[in-house]
Amino acid sequence: MIINKIGKVTIDTAFHLGRCCLMIKRMFFWLFNSKLEKKEVMKQTVRIGIESVGVVILTSLFTGMVLALQSGYTSKNLFNEPLYVGTVVGFSLVKELAPVLTAIVVSGRAGSSVTAEIGTMVITEQVDALYTLGTNPSTYLLIPRYIAFLIALPILTLFANVVGILGGFLVSYIKLGISSTVYFDDIFQYMEVKNFFHGFIKTFFFAFAIATISCYKGFYATGGAEGVGRSTTDSVVISMIMILAIDYFVSSLLVIIGIT
Amino acid sequence: MIEVRNLTKIYSSKKVLDDISVDIRDGEIFTIIGPSGTGKSTFLKSVIRLINPEYGKIIIDGVDMLSLKSEFEIQKVRKKFGYLFQDGALFDSLNVWENVSFGLKYLTNIDEKKYLDVAREKLELVGLKGVEYKKINELSGGMKKRVALARAIAHNPRYVLYDEPTTGLDPISSDIIIDLIKNMSEKLKVTSIVVTHDIKLALTISSRVAVLNSGKFVEVDTPQNIKNSSNEFVRDFISTSFISNITN
Repeated sequence: MIINKIGKVTIDTAFHLGRCCLMIKRMFFWLFNSKLEKKEVMKQTVRIGIESVGVVILTSLFTGMVLALQSGYTSKNLFNEPLYVGTVVGFSLVKELAPVLTAIVVSGRAGSSVTAEIGTMVITEQVDALYTLGTNPSTYLLIPRYIAFLIALPILTLFANVVGILGGFLVSYIKLGISSTVYFDDIFQYMEVKNFFHGFIKTFFFAFAIATISCYKGFYATGGAEGVGRSTTDSVVISMIMILAIDYFVSSLLVIIGIT
Repeated sequence: MIEVRNLTKIYSSKKVLDDISVDIRDGEIFTIIGPSGTGKSTFLKSVIRLINPEYGKIIIDGVDMLSLKSEFEIQKVRKKFGYLFQDGALFDSLNVWENVSFGLKYLTNIDEKKYLDVAREKLELVGLKGVEYKKINELSGGMKKRVALARAIAHNPRYVLYDEPTTGLDPISSDIIIDLIKNMSEKLKVTSIVVTHDIKLALTISSRVAVLNSGKFVEVDTPQNIKNSSNEFVRDFISTSFISNITN
């Protein structure tokens, strides 16, 4: 019984991975063999990027604030003084929290909408219509969304870095009485360009993963409206898990190659 | 001319299309009728390879569609076709004229500045005026079907495939669509393949009617001969469809 289940899960996983790889292969084929749909790229970048700005700002602002609060009071308890608050906030955000949280927020906000949209297009034959009108879903749907995620996520992460650090400063200044000079000195004295790139590089991996999962789940949605709903939920859950897994493995890789 | 030879499509070990062979002549309206789930839409989608059949040949103007390997070659043949989907398959994110002119960019060399004019012309051809800037969700079912038809013929295809063109429409909208298919065939000289449950459509405007059952064409003949068919299944299907049409 258990062996049957394990076998079924293994076969299903291999099947989905294989189909997903074929989708990525098609995307790359058409990326180099068709004209880029610039208008669609713009439209999707606005949709995925600009429409996620608000929620990314709120998430990173409060993350920066709570980081400053926790590290400041912990340090106060241990050393009677809030030491290195800027350093803790800066490093945590730039290397880990801003890229990961932004990716999670974008997967929930934009990834789900991509899955729902493509899934609906599949079940209403709009995807078939693309073939009959001289184009194909890879050129018209996949490539613009991949590019949009790859443009939007790194930029949103930059926003999240800035806003999070400012949030941390707000709490440091108001609640902990740390001056702006000390707070920002704590960040820039210790932070190197490679620390920034450690987080920034990861956003491209996250963007690729979100685009792949959300498009894949949309393209293979079955079972009408209920099926599209299920695919949308799956897309968000799988994206979140994959973001965390990719974060670990890419971080390890970056450490090995010296981008720490 | 479309020549179909030994076309077979299998879904989960069930033969949905079972060794079908038929010639569809230039300029004719070839209508396929039959009970639900007998493979009518599968046949239509196979013709332009939206579905890949397991065996057979679909020869379109001398080119076997199923032997084509690259998507570019398939696309070249698909250019000859317009396809009216059952529910229109209009793009919700675009307005009416953007939908109608969508394929022009890929299927024609028409200057982009003229897209709106082409869209207007095709919309007029299907009896719609002043709807160019409407969103798709502002249209009625009949209007959606007509917009979808305008989109299907925007690039002046040689063949038009209709998947249940009158399903879900009221009798007046249904008659408008039937007239449009007839006019399209007469005025634009297009070859039409119509898949339908609408027995009235099948028997009034078709050049030939094919009755599909269990993946096979039970009979392919003129509407008059189909009406007087000696085949029991055909007779039963037509009389049942007439009764169902009347009661609906």
